[in-house]
Amino acid sequence: MAVNKKEDKEKGDPNVIAREKARWEEEVLNKFVQKNPERPERFTTVSDAEIDRLYGPWDLPDFDYLRDLGFPGEYPFTRGVYPTMYRGRLWTMRQFAGFSTAKETNERYKYLLSHGTTGLSVAFHMPTIMGICSSDTRSMGEVGKCGVAIDTLADMEDLFNGIPLDKVTTSMTTNAPASILLCMYIAVAEKQGISSSKIGGTIQNDILKEYIAQKSWIFPPRESMRIITDLLAFAKDKVPRWNTISISGYHIREAGSTAVQELAFTLADGIGYVNAALKAGLTVDEFAPRLSYFFNSHNDFFEEVAKFRAARRMWAKIMKERFNPKDPRSMMLRFHTQTAGCSLAAQQPMNNIIRTTIQALAAVMGGTQSLHTNSLDETLSLPTEEAVTIALRTQQIIADESGVTNTTDPLGGSYFVEALTNRMEEQAFDYINKIDEMGGIISAIENGFPQREIADAAYHYQRQLERGEKIMVGVNKYVMEEDSEIDTLVIDESVEREQKQRLNEVIKKRDNAKVKEELAKLKKAAEGTENVMPHILESVKAYATLQEMTGTLKEVFGEYKDPGYI
Amino acid sequence: MKDDRKLRILIGKPGLDGHDRGVKVVARALRDAGMEVIYTGLHQTPEMIVSAAVQEDVDGVGLSILSGAHNHLFSEVIRLLKEEGADDITVFGGGIIPDDDIMKLKEMGVGAIFTPGDDTDKIVEWIRGNVRPRG
Repeated sequence: MAVNKKEDKEKGDPNVIAREKARWEEEVLNKFVQKNPERPERFTTVSDAEIDRLYGPWDLPDFDYLRDLGFPGEYPFTRGVYPTMYRGRLWTMRQFAGFSTAKETNERYKYLLSHGTTGLSVAFHMPTIMGICSSDTRSMGEVGKCGVAIDTLADMEDLFNGIPLDKVTTSMTTNAPASILLCMYIAVAEKQGISSSKIGGTIQNDILKEYIAQKSWIFPPRESMRIITDLLAFAKDKVPRWNTISISGYHIREAGSTAVQELAFTLADGIGYVNAALKAGLTVDEFAPRLSYFFNSHNDFFEEVAKFRAARRMWAKIMKERFNPKDPRSMMLRFHTQTAGCSLAAQQPMNNIIRTTIQALAAVMGGTQSLHTNSLDETLSLPTEEAVTIALRTQQIIADESGVTNTTDPLGGSYFVEALTNRMEEQAFDYINKIDEMGGIISAIENGFPQREIADAAYHYQRQLERGEKIMVGVNKYVMEEDSEIDTLVIDESVEREQKQRLNEVIKKRDNAKVKEELAKLKKAAEGTENVMPHILESVKAYATLQEMTGTLKEVFGEYKDPGYI
Repeated sequence: MKDDRKLRILIGKPGLDGHDRGVKVVARALRDAGMEVIYTGLHQTPEMIVSAAVQEDVDGVGLSILSGAHNHLFSEVIRLLKEEGADDITVFGGGIIPDDDIMKLKEMGVGAIFTPGDDTDKIVEWIRGNVRPRG
């Protein structure tokens, strides 16, 4: 017995492992590699992070299970935010949809709900996202193209017609006009006889990443933050089940960032919102549990899993160390994931199904709470019904057939995954420290720092693709001459006409004096310190148009213009 | 000697969408290839783009559109260039643009449309072969 114990001890001894590793390298590895050279010179992730040949305990010299991982549902949440994860409840399968008119999108929602979608996710068309109406000249050619056209409350009523808002949760992808669209949703619920305290969902409302990456803004950064803190204060009483900001790395990655940059800039935005809300007089536990995150899932499976795990641990540390919350939910990073649109190719589009599957699997192995899988035709047009069904089925096959949902954080303890998680955390904290030194994320944005870092990474990746250092199957390797024969969705030009007509009807029917009165109150609130949200809600209920409301706020807050960093 | 003049290209982002990854990559690649690049920034109207193109005396205008509004926006830019007597400026572009529309845009006078997956060398080469310095 004594001998066995000694052997056991020796087996785990780092010196013994180091000695054995040196022996293996000399006797086995080197001889082998001489005869069988490795393929490229460098092995790197999608983000160009160098990857070693083999990972082992030597990569985790200070590993402390209880400190670094702990148990799921407990600080630092590395292994998941809930104790049982998918054994208790699967992630929400949320397919982003919206096109053409509200009536047509309403039919797509009913179709998706009847096929097992469990949460709705609204894509708004560009004019709505920019806070302008379908009738404005700048909207010409854009109406209903990239999402659904919403000009007034009447459109929102059509969008959710026959969908009981206490039975579904809805995610709305809108930022600059988020406060207005949330008020429209509340108004629709009230018309359905449902109290706003019963409705649940998420509004993206992440304006900071707009300046960094997605570039759909109305007001300058500091003024936008005022509207957001008003929304946070309003929502805690009025819509307590609502996730008030979905802090989004998705678009940062789509704009060309690396995985580490996505992690760093997104969490830095999170810190920015917490600071702003505290400054506006809220206490941390009043709003932090309703913050959620939204990440991208790219092709590099392990880099993505590590990113999600690092994100959870970093946010828990950031919240605990900087803001000292009492409620553990304030430290919990819950997140939605979308597979990487930027990874898909127009060439051989069927391959996109496979890319999406790998990315979705990474999101699930990383512990996502909600997932959108992209459709195979999205590099060509908005998804057709068939393509979106395959995308949804991809999630269902992972959930019900693959077995990866049977245990919590199945990759936890992998030498590679833990080492990569640690390294990404360290590199992301380096960025966050740099941003702190610049005076926080808003100053960093005003200096163009994240914008330039991302543009550099995007250009670097593009050059790597063009030199063949990064492979895209069907694009720069295994290329085929082909005619694209898949069906695509075409939005008819008549949509624009119909939508303008709809808007005119609403304007004709409403009480214009009432609209004027509510907008005047809104302006007064914006000029002072009164919360703007109740006045937005009243303006919405009077059927003020989106553009009338954003126009009123622009008079006070001004407009933001693209500095055009290259 | 005017053929030795550096090509001046205006890279524009008309319309409302903010997806500027591709346009920035292209702008950098053209600069690296020795061209003079003027980038308009986002959310430009066709009027703003044409007025910048005329003022900056460019040889070519490249438009990047991902929102689906390409038919309207390209035709407006081409119409306004004609109105300004500047239709010798070559117009090209890229984005998420379906094949059927690419044919229509070419008939309309757009020189070339590049789509995701096309590399920047191809774009540079096309510009060198098809955009002539204006007198």
